[in-house]
Amino acid sequence: MSAHYPALLVIIPLLASFFISAAGWLRPPWCFPLALTAMGGSLLVSIGLLADVIRGIPDLYWFGGWAPPWGIYYRVDHLNALVLVVISGVGFVNLWAARPTVDRELPEKAGAFYTLYVLFVTGLLGMVVTGDAFNLYVLLEIAAITGYALIALGKGRAPLASLNYIFMGTIGACFYLLGVGYLYIVTGSLNMQDIARLLAPLHGSRVVTVAFVIMMVGVWLKMGFFPLHAWLPNAYTYAPSPVSSLVAPLMTKVMVYVMIRMVMTVFTVDYAFGVLVLNEAVVWLAVIAIVAGSLMALAEKDFKRMLTFIVVAEVGYMVGGFWLGNRSGFTGSVLHIVNDALMTLCLFLAAGSIIHARGESRIQSLQGLFSTMPWTMGALVVGAMSIIGVPPTCGFFSKWYLLLGAVEGGHYGFLAALLFSSLVNVVLFFRIFEIGYFEPMEASHGGASHGHAHGHEAPAMSEAPLGMLVPLWMTALGLIAVGFYTGEIVGRVIRHAIPATMF
Amino acid sequence: MEPLTSLKPLIAVLVSLGVVPILISSRNANVREAWTFGAAGAKFLIVLSMLPAVLEGQELVFIVAEVLPGVAVALRVDAFGMLFALVASSLWIVTSAYSIGYMRGLNEHGQTRYFCFFALALSATIGAAFSANLFTLYLFYEMLSFATYPLVTHHQDAEARRSGRKYLLYIVGTSIGLVLPAMILSYDLAGTLEFSTHGFLPHSASPVMLGALLFMFLFGFAKAGIMPFHSWLPAAMVAPTPVSALLHAVAVVKVGVFCILRVLTGVFGLDLLASLNLGVAVTYVAAFTILIASLIALTQDELKRRLAFSTIGQLSYIVLGAALLSPKGLTGAMIHIAMHAFGKITLFFCAGAIFVATGKKYISQMVGIGRRMPVTMAAFFIGSLSVIGIPPTGGFVSKWHLVLGTLPNHQWAMLVVLLISSLLNAAYFFPIVYRAFFCQEDQCLFEDTPKEAPLWCLVPLVITAACTILLFFYPFLFLRLAQLAGS
Repeated sequence: MSAHYPALLVIIPLLASFFISAAGWLRPPWCFPLALTAMGGSLLVSIGLLADVIRGIPDLYWFGGWAPPWGIYYRVDHLNALVLVVISGVGFVNLWAARPTVDRELPEKAGAFYTLYVLFVTGLLGMVVTGDAFNLYVLLEIAAITGYALIALGKGRAPLASLNYIFMGTIGACFYLLGVGYLYIVTGSLNMQDIARLLAPLHGSRVVTVAFVIMMVGVWLKMGFFPLHAWLPNAYTYAPSPVSSLVAPLMTKVMVYVMIRMVMTVFTVDYAFGVLVLNEAVVWLAVIAIVAGSLMALAEKDFKRMLTFIVVAEVGYMVGGFWLGNRSGFTGSVLHIVNDALMTLCLFLAAGSIIHARGESRIQSLQGLFSTMPWTMGALVVGAMSIIGVPPTCGFFSKWYLLLGAVEGGHYGFLAALLFSSLVNVVLFFRIFEIGYFEPMEASHGGASHGHAHGHEAPAMSEAPLGMLVPLWMTALGLIAVGFYTGEIVGRVIRHAIPATMF
Repeated sequence: MEPLTSLKPLIAVLVSLGVVPILISSRNANVREAWTFGAAGAKFLIVLSMLPAVLEGQELVFIVAEVLPGVAVALRVDAFGMLFALVASSLWIVTSAYSIGYMRGLNEHGQTRYFCFFALALSATIGAAFSANLFTLYLFYEMLSFATYPLVTHHQDAEARRSGRKYLLYIVGTSIGLVLPAMILSYDLAGTLEFSTHGFLPHSASPVMLGALLFMFLFGFAKAGIMPFHSWLPAAMVAPTPVSALLHAVAVVKVGVFCILRVLTGVFGLDLLASLNLGVAVTYVAAFTILIASLIALTQDELKRRLAFSTIGQLSYIVLGAALLSPKGLTGAMIHIAMHAFGKITLFFCAGAIFVATGKKYISQMVGIGRRMPVTMAAFFIGSLSVIGIPPTGGFVSKWHLVLGTLPNHQWAMLVVLLISSLLNAAYFFPIVYRAFFCQEDQCLFEDTPKEAPLWCLVPLVITAACTILLFFYPFLFLRLAQLAGS
């Protein structure tokens, strides 16, 4: 059975999506349990795969028994096993939290929503598990198209934001496909490891250089790497809450994974960091991404929209860390894929709870939240600590490796950008906490001489439903748990994913 | 001696954390306060139970998890940590009693939140005291920063909001902006963050780098209030007085100097500092802070702000003592943590008691208050004697050691600074006491009949004042611990 895990990982949710679609017509109440079961199945399988990888059992799967380089094959190693667990874990927890909002806001579209949701996760899982460059494109489009549809389910400007995303996303995907095409022209292969083998003598070729650059630009567009991020804030802001908290944590992180996979497995580290000397330039781009993302977040007046700019800055963390080209930077980047997915999930789930309870997320409207929604705010504080990078939350540890990578690589600009972004995050979140904590309390007795708030009544609690709070708190506690297990994650998994030639 | 693995340090840290859910869920204020006392007592007893082993030179360790290569979340109880933990945990008990008197006396809102975050802050303080490495210390340092924010801003008004902002800007800004990169650079240089008796930084590193690191740490731990990163402390005086008393005279600010002392002794090592002449640079920074803070204190009319500036000056005594790089100076610095704690907490308790009983915050409104509150003002007198460093109070013992510490390396300038500072301290404390008791009938603002603050306020301040005197006659426990830590 365990031999079929790589295939099951994708086939379970793929098949489930047909049943969910049918249930949407025939038995709408069945949609949610079916989707949850599918996500749970994927989660279990991905945990099984990670366990196999840690034990050193290779997981290869040749579809239809076609041996590489001819057939499509799936390959699980130390790098993607971890990402798979994150994707299916986030997919599962977020689906659990999605139900109250879906029931209220999309009652007649529930079947469509759950079908698209499961297909989206299928696409992401497939992109991460596949060992075939063209197959990756196919799954990329599955994830992208379902993503566009999911985002368009939102209210107001959502369809427009989705349309914008379609244009940009399609350009990105085409660039990637073009890169694959060039590689196919020079090597005649689509299997990643096969391409790598055939590419070794061709490293001087201009076609390969063009393929590499074009592919990177495509991937950066899809991950919203500044200045290619313009589609991202609107798409993530206007999407329904459960979609934002699915797409924002996963899509950008999976694209970062694709970038790392392409550089590591297809082009090889020697080529990217040795033959093409782009490191310095890309890290500076990342510095700009981090600073610009942080500053734009400062300018936002809406909580959810502010979070989207934090995502833009965090993409800079991961891209920059990887392109530092040293072991610490690589570790930080991969660890940040995991951590940032969890932190972003936590923050967007909290935003979802607030929107569910209050109907809006303008920063000025968040008054009195610590009294009315103490549980949501408690989890939000944990998420904020993680984004700021306060130990023992996991955000600190990936930042630690990134900073260490910057010091080892002598790249003090990147170091400064990371610290700057941490400080901006303090401002961003404490601005919200101030409003939630001081207002409207302040207004009621602002004139008092020594400001004692005698006997004011705490406003009645109006928390989000338990179905949202439990997943939210699971995520928040997960941030701390992952922080404490950083040693294990790095020592048992990520350290083995570092290419041997990297120093 | 081999370090002994023991769960006790972890329990000592977690006991106040564990009581938080109970505090939140208890409906009855008396039950809630009983749990606070229970946690405070338990914490003190656990700390105390480790004392005999520490006095024998044993170290207790507990490793929670190795999170980074060579860096673990780890606790280690040594003599210096024990000294600080004893001070903080014993004074928490007294402050809990005082908090009840103060918070109920003023009918403050949000008392449950107040006691919860107080417990959290104490967990962080003991955690910092028992940290085995720089990373763990940073972890608890940050935890303390954020746990005290709701306490500082307790009143939830516009002034609290402004002060809270300043508090975070200074404390978190410096810890992320300076300490974090300094820690990364140290790790890059040494490959470890574990405190060791002769420091862990390699002597081969470039002097410029080491100097830069030292100053990043020195200013980065802004809780120590070294100028120019001091002005969060006067701002934080908007907090309820028990918070100012325990946190801004004992726990928070002392964690700041504790961190700096750990950096000087455990990260750099006194030998390295001496060989690079860095100790001298630190003494000048500290001396500057001592004198300027004392001068500013003279000008303050709000009692708590005067105490805050006095604290800023006294904190730099501790940094100065360690930077003298002499054994006596180090001993003086370490016991000054304890001596100043008892003296200054007494002064803050008095300020709070005056506020509860009369509503007065300004020194100019306290003329003749000795007739109304004789016990409180007597305690205030004892506390100020200790801060000035006059026998028979504990403050004399630490100042004596500090002065002796300047002699071996002939640091006469520092000797003069310490003496001038004592004069300045006297100049800003004695007028308060003098005018409280001796004033013309027509100037006196209070009637002759004694009417003190509630007993819950009064008893704690009498206890701490008595301790201040006791520490003059029996400083041996703290002296022994400081000498153990210095050897």
